[in-house]
Amino acid sequence: MNQRARFQHWLFAGSLVVALLLQLLPLPQPLLPFKPYWLALVLVYWIIEAPERHGLGFAFLLGVAADVVSGELLGEQALRLVVLSFIVLRFRARLRFFPVWQQSLAVLALLLNDRVVMLMVRGFGGAPMPSASFWIAPLVGMLAWPFLFLLLDDLRARLRAGE
Amino acid sequence: MRSDTATLFAEGTVSTLRLIVYLALAVALMVLDHRGNWLQALRRGGSALVEPIHRLAALPADLARATRTAVATQDRLASENRELREQLLLAQARLNRLDTLVAQNERLKALLEAQKNLGLSVQFARLVDVDLDPFRHRIVLDVGANQGIAVGQPVIDARGIMGQVIEVMANSAIAMLITDPTHAIPVVVERTGLRTIAYGSGAIDRLELPNIPISADVEVGDKLLTSGLGGRFPAGFPVGAILSVSNDRSGMFAAAVARPAAALDRSGEVLLLRDQPQPYGPPEPQDEVGPPASLAGPAAATSGPQP
Repeated sequence: MNQRARFQHWLFAGSLVVALLLQLLPLPQPLLPFKPYWLALVLVYWIIEAPERHGLGFAFLLGVAADVVSGELLGEQALRLVVLSFIVLRFRARLRFFPVWQQSLAVLALLLNDRVVMLMVRGFGGAPMPSASFWIAPLVGMLAWPFLFLLLDDLRARLRAGE
Repeated sequence: MRSDTATLFAEGTVSTLRLIVYLALAVALMVLDHRGNWLQALRRGGSALVEPIHRLAALPADLARATRTAVATQDRLASENRELREQLLLAQARLNRLDTLVAQNERLKALLEAQKNLGLSVQFARLVDVDLDPFRHRIVLDVGANQGIAVGQPVIDARGIMGQVIEVMANSAIAMLITDPTHAIPVVVERTGLRTIAYGSGAIDRLELPNIPISADVEVGDKLLTSGLGGRFPAGFPVGAILSVSNDRSGMFAAAVARPAAALDRSGEVLLLRDQPQPYGPPEPQDEVGPPASLAGPAAATSGPQP
């Protein structure tokens, strides 16, 4: 039991670190707008699967860490992730039993909402309206969700079996 | 049964109060940071942690580049070598011509007793290949406070101005490109001497010049140079070339679009200018001229409005 919990912890921390690194990963210029918000996807997974540990406070701290790493306005991603995780926690009971394709649609809605929040924050900060490619990333996030979900689920199942 | 469903849904609920508290906290943080540049202090503290993360994230790209060089055929390397040698020859020839110009310039300046010469002191830096945010044009450089980098230093490549340093950590620095939507650079049209400002557009290959007087003489292909006004960028560096000119929506100004001269999305190595071209802000007030106070008459001692 103890060992299993430790494995879970490692998988959890590892997935978040990988998400942070993926966020920073350079891409060729034309592909940049296609980069999904990996951190949000991984956070959504962990909130759906193990909400008792990952509440709003955790999302807030994660967001602040991401802000420090990416040099954004301190608190921007914290706000976005808190909003995101609040919605997920509210609808968790339903999201959990959705088939994967419905989950993907829910993730699309979440990420679009996240972009709106981001637009508001940056608008207050005085940034101009971004181009239309700003809205591509949520679609990519939706397409990436099933794979991420299955991958993390599989890893967890393996850890449990290898126990 | 009822209690079952109640727990099932109660488990997922979170109190709205906590949401409000965290949102307020985030907003307070943003306001503090926006006003007081809080993040700078925190980032400098956390740079020991942040820098390795940046380097780690850049690792795959570095590896890919190293592999590409390793497996490149000798044929290609040879042709590249030949090409580079030709370019070197060309540059050398140009330099030789410049040398005579520099010598002439020196002579003239000595005649004019110019106080300071515009020696170009530069520092070489490499890009750390990470992408901070696709909608903000920032680059990470591998030199920082320990190498003597300061906020405000212009960043150039072989073809022109790239941007300026906006944040310095211990061993790395973040620079803003001239195409960032929040960046503006004072420029001058080389052909006519018209002064204007080039704003970043958010697209990596576009600068916007939205307020050119409608009667001004600006043509497609005109070269833009830094004007040196504002004291941030030294004068005379290429910024870009005009791509198109049209009227803006109000019809009061002409709006032009320019292509940056620097290879903003391709440069792997950059130069940082060391010398600030001139001190920021207005010049120092000069000492008062006139006779020393001891020699001035009694009227000077009681200077002021006489009744």
